[in-house]
Amino acid sequence: MMGHKAPLVEIKNLSKSYRRGNQIVPVLEDITFDIEEGEFLALMGPSGSGKSTLLNLIAGIDKPDRGMIKVAGVDISRLSETELAQWRSANVGFVFQFYNLIPVLTAFGNVELPLLLTRLSRKERREHVKTALQMVNLSDRMDHYPGQLSGGQQQRVAIARAIITDPTLLVADEPTGDLDRVSAKEILELMGRLNAELGKTIIMVTHDPHAAEKARIIRHLEKGILNASAQARL
Amino acid sequence: MHLLKLVFKNTFRHKLRTSLTILGVTVVILAFGLLRTVVSAWYAGVEASSASRLVTRNSISLVFSLPISYKEKIRQIPGVKLVSYGNWFGGVYIDEKNFFANFAVEPKSYLELYPEYILPPEQKAAFQRDRKAAVAGEKLATKYGWKIGDLITLKGTIFPGNWEFVLCGIYRGRDKSTDETQFFFHWNYLNEMMKVTAPRRADQTGFYLIGVDNPDLAYEVSVAVDTIFKNSLAETLTETEKAFQMGFVSMSEAIVVAIQMVSFVVIIIIMAVLANTMAMTARERIGEYAVFKTLGFGGWHIGALIFGESLCIAMMGCTIGILFTFPIARVFGSTMETYFPVFHVAMKTIYLDIAASLLVGAVAAIIPTWRAINVRIADGLRRIG
Repeated sequence: MMGHKAPLVEIKNLSKSYRRGNQIVPVLEDITFDIEEGEFLALMGPSGSGKSTLLNLIAGIDKPDRGMIKVAGVDISRLSETELAQWRSANVGFVFQFYNLIPVLTAFGNVELPLLLTRLSRKERREHVKTALQMVNLSDRMDHYPGQLSGGQQQRVAIARAIITDPTLLVADEPTGDLDRVSAKEILELMGRLNAELGKTIIMVTHDPHAAEKARIIRHLEKGILNASAQARL
Repeated sequence: MHLLKLVFKNTFRHKLRTSLTILGVTVVILAFGLLRTVVSAWYAGVEASSASRLVTRNSISLVFSLPISYKEKIRQIPGVKLVSYGNWFGGVYIDEKNFFANFAVEPKSYLELYPEYILPPEQKAAFQRDRKAAVAGEKLATKYGWKIGDLITLKGTIFPGNWEFVLCGIYRGRDKSTDETQFFFHWNYLNEMMKVTAPRRADQTGFYLIGVDNPDLAYEVSVAVDTIFKNSLAETLTETEKAFQMGFVSMSEAIVVAIQMVSFVVIIIIMAVLANTMAMTARERIGEYAVFKTLGFGGWHIGALIFGESLCIAMMGCTIGILFTFPIARVFGSTMETYFPVFHVAMKTIYLDIAASLLVGAVAAIIPTWRAINVRIADGLRRIG
């Protein structure tokens, strides 16, 4: 039961299409659903179903053709590019399939990146980064470059980078897609802890049923249409 | 600070590519610096000219001489402080390849008019005392290993015969732009030999050098000199020393223009090379830039990364190029001393090197930055993996 609190994410009649040459390809059609604060939602569906596009729209890295997306009361579909960039830096943490770490920066440098856009002092930034790396169990690897870390470790650095600004929303696009089973399990457990212990709202795109099992709600997308029923897990 | 660190780290991600581009910029800056120095050397005579000196020559051509009797008439013109005179001798030392500027001059007035030729007092006195005495510039004396007291024989080309001189002085230049490769001897020595061997050429001088009281009077004095000798058998043309020197430079202006054009063409070539390097770099990092944008970094951050890297490469090449310019210019200058007696890398050339490098770095980054900023985040992220 979520009580009377307004949902963290409100999506109404959302549509998105892409242009391929002269053709317009619809990707999402009339999507409407809400995500409560503190939720761990898995978006599933086959390739090309539009789940990554939906995630990008919720995270403010793409804009819808029609419809509305409200996150924490802010209608992000109306924000300009600059406003969106500022909004993302303060409200969204990103975890990508291929980690997307900057190869010339150490684990410390990568995690510190989002903090460079804040007014924190060097000392404060250092404290925050140390805490974040501690949370993902990588305190001893902070001076390592991405190339010196395993896939699982790189993804943990990416998660530390995603949570460093204490965002409202954590979005993960196939976070275990490039990992072996053991590393994938570690990452999913870590995400589960972030949700359970820190109350982070997580939206995860995956087509791996094992990964989706960690989520509390699973929603399915088929050819750009969201299935009406949500599969709730305890 | 962090962006600067990232710029520097990014610059050396492709060590070979970056090193080759830096080498390219280095070579171009070196070539640009040397070509600009050649142009400066071409104008060295003009630069060394004094505003208070005038040159009077035959109005038809420098080949024609003027009677020595003009000297006293010129001296009486108001505003004239000092009059000297001389001839281009055109002699060669041992054989034709040992060519340098040599003049027959009236020693006392000439040295008074040219205070930039610094000669110890005893050498100056010795030069004025002995009719066969000669003075050489320090660079020239060093080149041929001449010492005071040496007997030097020049083979006359305009004035035939072997001419013997005793080296009584070696002058140094007061300024960097002073030519230290010249050779002077007594006009009287030349004139007396002419009286014997070619009497029709005696009592004639190639040019008069006039020192004026005040540079502001240069025009009035020039007009007065030329007016006096108007309608005479040898009409005169008087101009400032700078205009006289410019007359020589303008004869070879086409070469100077060609050198200047080449110096700018090499800059355009390296601009294209660096733009290509930056385009490749930006294309490879589109995914990274998308990540930066995802994290909230704006267009100017991306621009700073690309512009910073481009400027970093350009300025590293520029610095190495400038450091190499000085020793190479010294070697080049000593090899080409006959043609460029004054060959110094001017500060203006260094400023031009820096300005050109900044321009190259900035222009090369424009298109890659524009592309990186305008690519959609989703499209950029799709390039990873």
